[in-house]
Amino acid sequence: MALLEVKDLRTSFKTEDGIVKAVDGVSFTVEKGQTLGIVGESGSGKSVTCLTIMGLNAKRTTMSSGEALWKGKDLLRAKSSELRKIRGDEMSMIFQDPMTSLNPVHTIGKQLVEAVQLHRDVTVRVAKARALELLKAVGIPKAEGRIDDYPHQFSGGMRQRVMIAMALINDPDLLIADEPTTALDVTTQAQILNLMKRLQEDFGSAIIMITHDLGVVAETADDVVVMYAAKVVEHAKVHDLFNRPQHPYTWGLMGSLPRLETDTERLVQIPGQPPSLLRPPSGCRFHPRCPYVMGVCRTTEPKLLATERDPSHLQACHLDQETKDREANKLIESTMAEVG
Amino acid sequence: MATEQGSNGQMELHGDELLVVDGVKKYFPITRGIIFQKAIAQVQAVDGVSFSINPGETLGIVGESGCGKSTLARCIVRLLDTTAGRIMFEGRDITNVSRVAMRPIRREMTMIFQDPYASLNPRKRVGFIIGEPLEVHKLGTPAEVKRRVQELLEVVGLNPEHYNRFPHEFSGGQRQRIGVARALAVNPKLIVCDEPVSALDVSVQAQILNLLKDLQDDFGLTYIFIAHDLNVVRHISDRVMVMYLGQVSEVADRDTLYREPKHPYTGALLSAVPIPNPERGRAREAIVLEGDVPSPVNPPSGCRFHPRCPRFVEGHCDVEEPELFPFGNGHVAKCFYPLERWPMTAEEMRRRGTARAQEEPVQA
Amino acid sequence: MFRYLIRRILWAIFLFLVITFVTFVIFFMAPNNPARAMCGGDQAGPVCLKTATEKLGLDKPLPVQYGLFLKRLVWEHSLGTSYATSQSINETIKQAAPVTASLVFGGAVCWMIIGLSVGIFSALRPRSLIDRAAMVFVLIGVSAHPVWIGLIFSYVFGVRLHITPIANYANFFGAPPDSGLPGGPVQWAYHMILPWMTFAILFAALYVRMIRANVMETLNEDYVRTARAKGAPEQRILFSHVLRNALLPVVTMLGMDIGVALGGAIFTEYVYQLPGLGRTSVIAIQAEDLATLEGVVVFATIAILFFNLIVDLLYAWIDPRIRLS
Ligand SMILES: Nc1ncnc2c1ncn2[C@@H]1O[C@H](COP(=O)(O)OP(=O)(O)OP(=O)(O)O)[C@@H](O)[C@H]1O
Ligand SMILES: Nc1ncnc2c1ncn2[C@@H]1O[C@H](COP(=O)(O)OP(=O)(O)OP(=O)(O)O)[C@@H](O)[C@H]1O
Ligand SMILES: [Mg+2]
Ligand SMILES: [Mg+2]
Repeated sequence: MALLEVKDLRTSFKTEDGIVKAVDGVSFTVEKGQTLGIVGESGSGKSVTCLTIMGLNAKRTTMSSGEALWKGKDLLRAKSSELRKIRGDEMSMIFQDPMTSLNPVHTIGKQLVEAVQLHRDVTVRVAKARALELLKAVGIPKAEGRIDDYPHQFSGGMRQRVMIAMALINDPDLLIADEPTTALDVTTQAQILNLMKRLQEDFGSAIIMITHDLGVVAETADDVVVMYAAKVVEHAKVHDLFNRPQHPYTWGLMGSLPRLETDTERLVQIPGQPPSLLRPPSGCRFHPRCPYVMGVCRTTEPKLLATERDPSHLQACHLDQETKDREANKLIESTMAEVG
Repeated sequence: MATEQGSNGQMELHGDELLVVDGVKKYFPITRGIIFQKAIAQVQAVDGVSFSINPGETLGIVGESGCGKSTLARCIVRLLDTTAGRIMFEGRDITNVSRVAMRPIRREMTMIFQDPYASLNPRKRVGFIIGEPLEVHKLGTPAEVKRRVQELLEVVGLNPEHYNRFPHEFSGGQRQRIGVARALAVNPKLIVCDEPVSALDVSVQAQILNLLKDLQDDFGLTYIFIAHDLNVVRHISDRVMVMYLGQVSEVADRDTLYREPKHPYTGALLSAVPIPNPERGRAREAIVLEGDVPSPVNPPSGCRFHPRCPRFVEGHCDVEEPELFPFGNGHVAKCFYPLERWPMTAEEMRRRGTARAQEEPVQA
Repeated sequence: MFRYLIRRILWAIFLFLVITFVTFVIFFMAPNNPARAMCGGDQAGPVCLKTATEKLGLDKPLPVQYGLFLKRLVWEHSLGTSYATSQSINETIKQAAPVTASLVFGGAVCWMIIGLSVGIFSALRPRSLIDRAAMVFVLIGVSAHPVWIGLIFSYVFGVRLHITPIANYANFFGAPPDSGLPGGPVQWAYHMILPWMTFAILFAALYVRMIRANVMETLNEDYVRTARAKGAPEQRILFSHVLRNALLPVVTMLGMDIGVALGGAIFTEYVYQLPGLGRTSVIAIQAEDLATLEGVVVFATIAILFFNLIVDLLYAWIDPRIRLS
């Protein structure tokens, strides 16, 4: 049994302007000890997918359907008391906005201790020792002296590390990390990624890593899901994705990276604007921005299907296999050429 | 183009810099006690930073998180008062000008904030947030402001239909674009960008970076660009400044810095950049920095990097503080034992090449 | 924090000077001669007038008079004597202040209890029946005048239902033995119920609205989501994470409103015939007893400044961002 199995997940929000379908039929599984990377445009529904799994969307304005099976139990239909037991203990999340995710009126220490005591029957002293241990592990200098500080006394990156410490404090089975290292410098990022890798080795934890840093995905993920406009457009093993990308949007992502090795005046950018989720484009949602658009793309929505070569490589695009291979090769060659 | 920095750390200025930062320090007191508080220590967030920027130039700033980049940025736009040092904007000393005298200058110098959400008022609609600076400085009728705001929304890749939404209805990346739009609204001369694209996905990031470059070409804008992504910094900057623990550790023009870094910390940074290719990325060996991140409350003696430096020399680096040694063409690095070449593995860095003997500075 | 404290205190002192000065000037310029009042009004003889003028220092220039007034106030803690009744104003206030204090503070407690419970509840269940009912209550509370509410209340509860007294005050510490008046804590509370409710309704309405808005906004904050993600139960989230943040602005408001409330007390005291500061000043106005009126105003000012100072300190204590900057 998979640790987490998400099936046809849909989430929409009621807003003043109408209904925003932020997640529209997303499916994937996460196995024990595995890292799933989720990449995609900002606003494509990556965070909302994970918030829905954790049951953290505002109930009043949100409608969700589908299934999220956690060790066989559907989280979308679980009682809130059951959810509470799972959250923060078996499954924890690092949020995207470290600056606002910590309570400004409580000390860092108090917030960490709370996380421990909610799930473990231990004294404050034990919990605090654990908190200190984690703060050191995420690289807060002089943690003893800073544990009683308030969040506003920390820099952005330090708050992010506190959030990471809080998520790891109960050794979760699944860690959902929503852009965990965006606010960090590369050396600290390397440290944190190592820490997460260690957690994975020691406890067999699984990780869902949301990021738009393709470098981080390439180095940490086993499987990668690419999202565009609330839908999955490609899902593959990390090697396949980077060596044989099959979707024009993925090509666009890889092409628009600034790379250390190259020297371009302008970055390649995907033309056009991100689509509105209030009125998503007909057919393939990427078609208004796709350089390879065909007639069928405007009318028919492509299904997420396995490629002929590889049943584990899913993609949703109408282009024929030959064109895809040709374009993918061109892209890979151009990026490889830069290295030489 | 770059300002030469003499070996004594003094800057030689030529007079038409847009911004000169001279020996700026910012200390935050740490206090204990509820009513009678006494300062028990100080966070030396920024400790003697000097640099200058020419009009139309982009200065990238990189460095560990917590090394004082945001604090420096806030000091420059006068959101924080400096503890010591001088800040000159267009030849005017603005270190201590009053709030009122600062107002016209705020039009010339705007900031994009690191935390997009905290800097957006949750009760105001997006249209209002972006239009506010225009209204504050009385630039246009309400109709003009609205048109300009919608134009800006489009420029930063949002839909004009977002005009009436509230910030919490946006994803992280979308919030950041609102911040960019707000900074652009008044057509400033200098934009201090504190991690403007960190929260953006690569395609929007490419849009924003291209946009910033286009605006620079069209209007001669000047940027201070703080970021963690070294690829991005390299792409956008003319010159790059590396900070460590409140101080400048290396400054060079972009190509030099990435091709021949001199400071071991710069080397460690460059080696840790993730590579978007699974095979090469996992094969790459990052230079791992050992030891705890030092605290800016009581920074290490001598060279601040010495407790974590692979080429630390006992009795020298921990005793004497290095100056910013010049390497020609505006390239300076604060190290007694600069790197001889690049790239290097961790092992090579530790061994310290033979080239050191010649480059070792004359002892005072 | 220490600097914050010093700043607040200096500010309070400054305000004190400004307000007493303005009060003093207004009363100084009033077309009413205290010396004449002292000598028995219209039939005052010139000799009496002259000695009285000298005795009161009325012949000295304005700044000197203000100085004397301040000196008397600060060093002798004396507000002077009434020219009309020759009674010490301190004594008058000492009798009236506890009445007003019971009214204002008891009322504040009532309005906070109502404001908090209804406000929080409607924030947690927006658009529920209770929420809608609360909004109607807010509407009535905000638009009604205390005199009107007071009259309705005393008619319904006192005259028709006989559950409460219609008017009058009962001393908390027991009435003077030979007066035959009701006294003691129970009687005190019993007599105060209606005034409290009248008084509270006005402010409770405002507070329900404000607390509801603040709590709803705070519930949307990212750190509340963090607390949920930790697995914290809703109750704990409410008390430990939401309320403290949501009530920060309420505390500030409370400090300001206590001042406003003192003003509102005049009407309530009038309707229920409570011998408090409000009624004292109404009587003083009718008797053209400016000295007493001035005393009441100065006393109220000091009280308001004092409470604001306390609220500022309380605020700093709750919000670490202020405490530490
Ligand atoms: N509470 C909400 N009310 C209305 N719309 C929302 C709400 N939360 C998110 N959305 C919308 O849902 C879409 C998906 O948002 P989400 O936060 O999942 O994006 P994301 O993929 O995580 O992007 P980013 O990379 O920028 O974080 C966005 O278009 C956003 O505007
Ligand atoms: N108001 C404050 N009071 C006390 N210390 C502060 C305050 N603001 C910042 N600091 C400290 O100053 C140092 C520098 O913080 P700053 O926010 O400038 O770092 P940064 O380089 O921007 O980091 P990041 O990349 O994580 O954003 C940190 O050690 C931080 O804890
Ligand atoms: Mg997100
Ligand atoms: Mg910062």
